Amino acid sequence: MNRLRQIPGDYLAVAALLVVLGTLPFFLDRFYLSLALLILFWAYLGNAWNIMGGYTGLFSFGHAMFYGIGAYTSTVLLVDYAISPWVGMLAGAILAGLFGAFVGFLLSRFGVRGHFFALGTFAIAEMVRLLATEFEFINTSIGIHIPLVRGDSWIRLQFEETFANYYYVILILFLIGQIITITIVRNKLGYYFQAIRENEEAAASLGVNALRYKVISVAISAALTAIAGSFFAQYFLFIDPTIVFGVSVSVQILLRPIVGGVGTIWGPFVGALLLTPLAEFTRSVVRKPPSFLDFIEGRAGVDVMLFGAILIIVVLFMPDGLIGAGKRIWRRFKKQNDTTAQPQGTD
Amino acid sequence: MTPLLNLKGLTKRFGGLVAVNDVNLTLGKEEILGLIGPNGAGKTTLFNMISGTYLPTSGQILFEDKDITDLPPHKIASLGISRTFQLVKPFAKLTVVDNVMIGTFLRTRGNKQAREKAREVVKFVGLEQYADRPAHNLTTSGRKRLELARALALEPKILLLDEVMAGLTPTESLAIVELIRAIREAGITILVIEHVMKAIMSLSDRVAVLHHGELIAIDLPAEVTSDERVIEAYLGEEFEIAAN
Amino acid sequence: MKISRNRRWILAGIAAVVLIVLIALNGDQFDQWMDQNGVVLRQAFVTGILIGGVFGLVAMGLTLIFGVLDIINFAHGALLTIGMYITFVLFDRFGIDPYLAVLITVPLLFLLGGIIQRTIIYPARNAPAHNQLLLTLGLALFIENLMLVVFTATPRSIRLSYGRGLTEIGPLAIDFPIRIAGTTITLTKLAAFIFAVFLTAVLYLLLQRTTLGKAIRATAQNKEGARLVGISTDRISLITFGLGVACVGAAAALVLPFLSVDPLVGNAFNITAFVIVVLGGMGSIPGALLGGLIIGLTQELGVVFAPSSTKLLGVFFVFILVLLLRPQGLLGKKE
Repeated sequence: MNRLRQIPGDYLAVAALLVVLGTLPFFLDRFYLSLALLILFWAYLGNAWNIMGGYTGLFSFGHAMFYGIGAYTSTVLLVDYAISPWVGMLAGAILAGLFGAFVGFLLSRFGVRGHFFALGTFAIAEMVRLLATEFEFINTSIGIHIPLVRGDSWIRLQFEETFANYYYVILILFLIGQIITITIVRNKLGYYFQAIRENEEAAASLGVNALRYKVISVAISAALTAIAGSFFAQYFLFIDPTIVFGVSVSVQILLRPIVGGVGTIWGPFVGALLLTPLAEFTRSVVRKPPSFLDFIEGRAGVDVMLFGAILIIVVLFMPDGLIGAGKRIWRRFKKQNDTTAQPQGTD
Repeated sequence: MTPLLNLKGLTKRFGGLVAVNDVNLTLGKEEILGLIGPNGAGKTTLFNMISGTYLPTSGQILFEDKDITDLPPHKIASLGISRTFQLVKPFAKLTVVDNVMIGTFLRTRGNKQAREKAREVVKFVGLEQYADRPAHNLTTSGRKRLELARALALEPKILLLDEVMAGLTPTESLAIVELIRAIREAGITILVIEHVMKAIMSLSDRVAVLHHGELIAIDLPAEVTSDERVIEAYLGEEFEIAAN
Repeated sequence: MKISRNRRWILAGIAAVVLIVLIALNGDQFDQWMDQNGVVLRQAFVTGILIGGVFGLVAMGLTLIFGVLDIINFAHGALLTIGMYITFVLFDRFGIDPYLAVLITVPLLFLLGGIIQRTIIYPARNAPAHNQLLLTLGLALFIENLMLVVFTATPRSIRLSYGRGLTEIGPLAIDFPIRIAGTTITLTKLAAFIFAVFLTAVLYLLLQRTTLGKAIRATAQNKEGARLVGISTDRISLITFGLGVACVGAAAALVLPFLSVDPLVGNAFNITAFVIVVLGGMGSIPGALLGGLIIGLTQELGVVFAPSSTKLLGVFFVFILVLLLRPQGLLGKKE
């Protein structure tokens, strides 16, 4: 039992999740399983974003550019050169990582910070999207269809028959992503990232090469994001510049970590647990509204409207995210039960 | 014997304003050199040039005979010169130990070593009680000690202290003085900017006086306090030198 | 960052030299091209300036809000959309001329801005910056889709009964569209430009000459200091946000005569407004107008030089350049 205590709780949680979530396909129907898939999908992306956005303080408003690079790389390699999407995934990650390093270097080298950094990533991502609509070899704005394969194929990462396989892939991806996040945060990289976020000048005075670590942070974040893009291509079977490079993707990616808790290990997962079912719920309410609301039935836009309103409410009432709110409640609970309170902070 | 730190003709100009003018200074091993001067004399600017935050307009900085004039702050820190800031810059959301770990990671291998070393440093500066509390919970005195701890975590050869006693009570200042002495015992050379005259006179082996960016005196504390030019520079400011 | 400032200018210089060399090397082709495209070029230039004025007006609101409240209002485009729909309804249902409707949309959107600030922005004023970003984002999503629900996705446009052929404006009778040097200037675009410049001047005078304006500028420069001298920064934040949205209300009415409205029309303006604000300098009103003109030109001229690409590509390119070379903008102050 002592050995178990030495392994940090976060890793244990990952193991527990593997067991719990691994059994879901056995008793969830297709609808709920695909919901679970979506939750894990966005949680994974949220983690990827969090590495640069939450931990290093580099708020990216253009993560779609990395996502799209992953999607297009694996798809073009598959459609034009019959290369397995697994290899394509890797290639996409490398490409995105390099591009991310470039973007990170570009913006950091010239001291772009805060608001300007966010706007910069937004602008670069939009440029990438617009450029993608120009390029012939990726079929411009028409998009690319991933050829359908009969039955299941692990080599081609397509499962027409067994949906659960998609789920397992995403589950493993998510857990690996979670492990990567935990490992980074607990070690030198994570500490340096956070130092840069808290106070870059102080970090430099402690020997931290801010430029190098910012670039590393963006590169890692980008590579991880691209992998999810490749997965999406194989799941949705159609990509075009708007779907994979669009602003809405960037927004979706950053929503969950922020709502869940920026710069926390489990924030993106918790955020996805809340937001993804919420989005689904609002969508289903619009599809089949309760009788007193039947004027909204089938109306386009009501679901996003609701979602926007809920987003505002969540952010207003939980400014440090769900995890932060949870911590606050836990602290208040502890204080009430702690009768031998010690004086704070005297020296 | 080559000095540990050698400033040659160091000058810093900001547009038309000359903040530091042709300063020549040497620092010997395990020496404590006090740097005093009226506000705006250029003391922090001098520090900023040594630590790499500012690029000197002209002049040279030699550390162990190596030219470090053009190096960026993180490089200089890794070479063995660390500093504290006048306005402390704690990593607010991280704990005290985590704060210091940012420093110890430079010289250790891996998480565990960095953490152990950090705890030692935290103990050395007397912040053991607050080791696992977030930095923003600390009082002013605590924050100053944290600033010190972080700088020490780099295992520096030279430590630059920028008004580390500002905002502290006389009792707290005395404690810091003892700490600084202990740091010198550990073999670290120290360059101190301070306004608390009693402290700096008792601590320093030598005292350098900066006025309008120029070095107007550098000598033993007793000599400096009776130097006419120094007294003139401080005219208009209240300052008392406690006799011994 | 010790050496980077000089490096930036060296990079810019190299880029400029490369550009000039390219043009010089292709001298003949360049002349030929100019002959063929001269008219198009001139038209693009004129159109660019004219719509640049309105761009500037939209950006002005954004820069005001950023200057005082320090937030990037992602709902700015969506608010423009609301303004345009209001103008549309006023014209379609009540026959109110859009240039008169300005008198309605401005106070209406000022009010809306105030309500938004008080209920959504103000409560989060101490929260981290990304929260405020999410709030305006959520608001944008809400507004865009509200418009989608109410008006559907079908684009709506209006057609003025005047403005073609001989038109009487007070004592003057002008034949529209005006033709100068082969370019065409329509009434709608000209009116939009004139009104936009006029409103810019009004806003500028408001900020420079009135007590309120001075209070706003003081708060933008130093919130703590402003508070210390007795300015109610909360009230100023409220008013400024309202003013910023009012700018968009004016722009909406001016733009509808030549631009059709759909729920997402504000998006493109959002992006352009951001770029203009950065280009002109965050918090600078004249900068916003200047930036607006430059971006208007970039957009229109960009289409001439690279006809197959979208208008925004050139705009983004400029944006990145500005971010890297002069992040404080043309008329902004260095941080």
